Amino acid sequence: MSLNIIVLAKQVPDTRNVGKDAMKEDGTINRAALPAIFNPEDLNALEQALRLKDAHPGSTVTMLTMGLPRASEIIREAIYRGADRGVVLTDRALGGADTLATSYSLAQAIKKMPAYDIILGGRQAIDGDTAQVGPQIAEKLGVPQVTYAEEIVEIKDGSVVVRRRLENGVETVKAPLPCLVTVGGSADECRPRNAGRICKFKYAASPTEYAALDAEAQKRADERCPETIVEWNAAFVEADPEQIGFPGSPTKVKTVESVVFTAKENLQIGNDDEQLEKLIVDLIANHTIG
Amino acid sequence: MANFFTDNPDLRHHLSHPLMRKIVALKERDYTDAEKFDYAPYNFKDAMDNYERVLEVVGDLCGDIIAQNAADVDAQGPRVEKGGVIYADGTQVNLDACRKAGLMGMAMPRRLGGLNFPITPYIMAADIVSRADTGFENLWGLQDCAETIYEFASEEQKQKYIPRVCAGETMSMDLTEPDAGSDLQSVMLKATEQPDGTWRLNGVKRFITNGDADIHLVLARSEDGTKDGRGLSMFIYDKRDGGVTVRRIENKMGIKGSPTCELVYKNAKAELCGSRRMGLIKYVMALMNGARLGIAAQSVGVSELAYREALAYAKDRKQFGKAIIEFPAVYEMLAVMKAKLDASRSLLYETSRYVDLYKVYEDIAKERPLTLEEKKECKYYSKLADACTPLAKGLGSEYCNQNAYDCIQIHGGSGFMKDYACERIYRDARITSIYEGTTQLQVVAAIRHVTTGTIQTLVESYREQLAQGGELKPELEAVKVRLEAMCEKAFAVIAQINDTKNQTYIDFMARRMVEMAGNIVMSYLLLLDAQRNDSFTASCVVYNKMAAALVAQHCDFIAATTPEEVALYQA
Repeated sequence: MSLNIIVLAKQVPDTRNVGKDAMKEDGTINRAALPAIFNPEDLNALEQALRLKDAHPGSTVTMLTMGLPRASEIIREAIYRGADRGVVLTDRALGGADTLATSYSLAQAIKKMPAYDIILGGRQAIDGDTAQVGPQIAEKLGVPQVTYAEEIVEIKDGSVVVRRRLENGVETVKAPLPCLVTVGGSADECRPRNAGRICKFKYAASPTEYAALDAEAQKRADERCPETIVEWNAAFVEADPEQIGFPGSPTKVKTVESVVFTAKENLQIGNDDEQLEKLIVDLIANHTIG
Repeated sequence: MANFFTDNPDLRHHLSHPLMRKIVALKERDYTDAEKFDYAPYNFKDAMDNYERVLEVVGDLCGDIIAQNAADVDAQGPRVEKGGVIYADGTQVNLDACRKAGLMGMAMPRRLGGLNFPITPYIMAADIVSRADTGFENLWGLQDCAETIYEFASEEQKQKYIPRVCAGETMSMDLTEPDAGSDLQSVMLKATEQPDGTWRLNGVKRFITNGDADIHLVLARSEDGTKDGRGLSMFIYDKRDGGVTVRRIENKMGIKGSPTCELVYKNAKAELCGSRRMGLIKYVMALMNGARLGIAAQSVGVSELAYREALAYAKDRKQFGKAIIEFPAVYEMLAVMKAKLDASRSLLYETSRYVDLYKVYEDIAKERPLTLEEKKECKYYSKLADACTPLAKGLGSEYCNQNAYDCIQIHGGSGFMKDYACERIYRDARITSIYEGTTQLQVVAAIRHVTTGTIQTLVESYREQLAQGGELKPELEAVKVRLEAMCEKAFAVIAQINDTKNQTYIDFMARRMVEMAGNIVMSYLLLLDAQRNDSFTASCVVYNKMAAALVAQHCDFIAATTPEEVALYQA
């Protein structure tokens, strides 16, 4: 059985190696100081999608991202790794969206796509760490959701078996298709970019990028990978202007504090059972572990 | 994490060598593949962009995966199970990543599933992989063997095996036997022809790298009753047919992730590759030349790693109130390491460009007759490749050993402990000057080019390139003058040795002659590099001084040693 797979991805500022310029004075992220990357857990999700594609020949993997036009970069990255095509949902009206508005916009885009069997996405993005967008999309589409997935074990007879990584262990669940699965960072790393696919799909351009290419490059894009990356706007996905962007986002940021962790004191622990046990008990008591 | 391609600007410098324009145009047959394959480049710029992008993937894999696994792979190593090899866990992860990234069969033509990369960017990938894990470079680099199938096997065999290699199946070259190491003429593995035209192999091979490969090239005795190289043929053994078991894996000093196997052939089915009796004389020679270039790349990768580890430690380690890199004794060592690294890398890519050019002409000759001019060029570059390959392998492997030694020295006592990578680098480096022909055998391969004028031709061409390259930078003037003097001195001494017509004396002095020639060639190459790119100036000058001192030392020794005195060295 071939599958129609959608993978949700986000281009995010790389917050993993944050320097002192990472935050602007008003407490918002200084995007200029941080490289834009493929949200790491979305890559975990992509790998699960590509494995499904390997296991079910004839399947297609369509990427969906919302962001600036340059988010087409991560679509290309995904195509280099094995995805087939992608949609960039981009519109000034979509800017400033919180998770509610984002999930609404993405759900509208998904409704514009052909019938899907499964939607995969990372558990959360490293710029907001909310883990809300995936579940909200499932709610809006009215499909079941499985969160914190570590591995998609199999798809058979119209349902999917998923192993979930939870705080206290793992559990394996089964859900009917179509459904939405969010994948965590404990899932296998995404496969590398493929050399042959890079040589071919480096020409893939979104309409915005295409317009900026010279005639020769446009010809190559037409020949090799026409319409591999498309752009949709709010009107195209028939989004209600009141539910997107700033107007559609009830979340208001009151203040943002820049908190720098510094060690205030050193604690010397002796190398004997008694002191080690005391340390463990203290750590459990203050909820550092356990 | 680190990208081993983009963090090393020297690689881009070599990749962008002026000769690449010609190599790529020939390799891509004036970019006609672009109409047939949707991943073929349209023009030179497009092709170079492909190489850079793919090398970036190599750099990513190497920095993020292969280098991270190297210590564990070294500790765990492969094991034998049921007559086959189980790689170390990290090795399996590495191989899987290389397969998925499409980095197998890189130099094979597109019609057989490859990327049709020239040798030069392929060798660059080998250089990068070796820096990440020297032992893993062997497993990955054995895709070289596909080249031998491509050059000499039947069309049917090419169609059968090469796409499998491009899809990620591994290869091995089964040459060595317990009584046939450097002397491959003594190979005894017996090949018997069957009525259906296939062959059966019986016997034992030893020291076979990746001996449980999917596809083997096997040197075996097909002509009953013969005893020399003319009775040997090349065979392809497909693991899917069975008949070969791994009896044991050697417990080696270094490159421990690379399984070195003893193989037992029991009536193993095999196909003849090419013509009977040409196994050693033609095919193994071709195979070895490719493999030697691979080891030259491996050596440069090790040199790079050793230099980087030493540099990082020297900056970090404080003694007497300052970082040890601030002491002349330490920074001189580092500068010399870098100079040796740069020199061997320049020679590596110079050689790979020569190999690229003559091989591409040979390949074109299969499609159409070459013009007289093309034939002449093919012969010219083939000769230069022949001369430079043993120099690059021989001297490059010696340099990487020296750099590994100095890397430990810079670490001091800590370097002697297992805590730092330098002890692994030291162990891994050691094999490079031994396998695929010891340094002593590289001297044998190189010496005739030194005594019959190939090196002089080469030097002449470098002089011309310098003359054409506009005004020499003033800071390089002294190097040029010194080089001229070195050439005069060395070539005169080489002529004197030749004139004695005393073969024992010539053999005795061969290594000295080859070293002088190699030092002169590398010094010219660094001069050309420095002329093109300021970042090579220091290495150019440092290396040149060292090379001049070596030429002087060798000339003094030769002047002081008569042919009669050679007897004093005989046991």
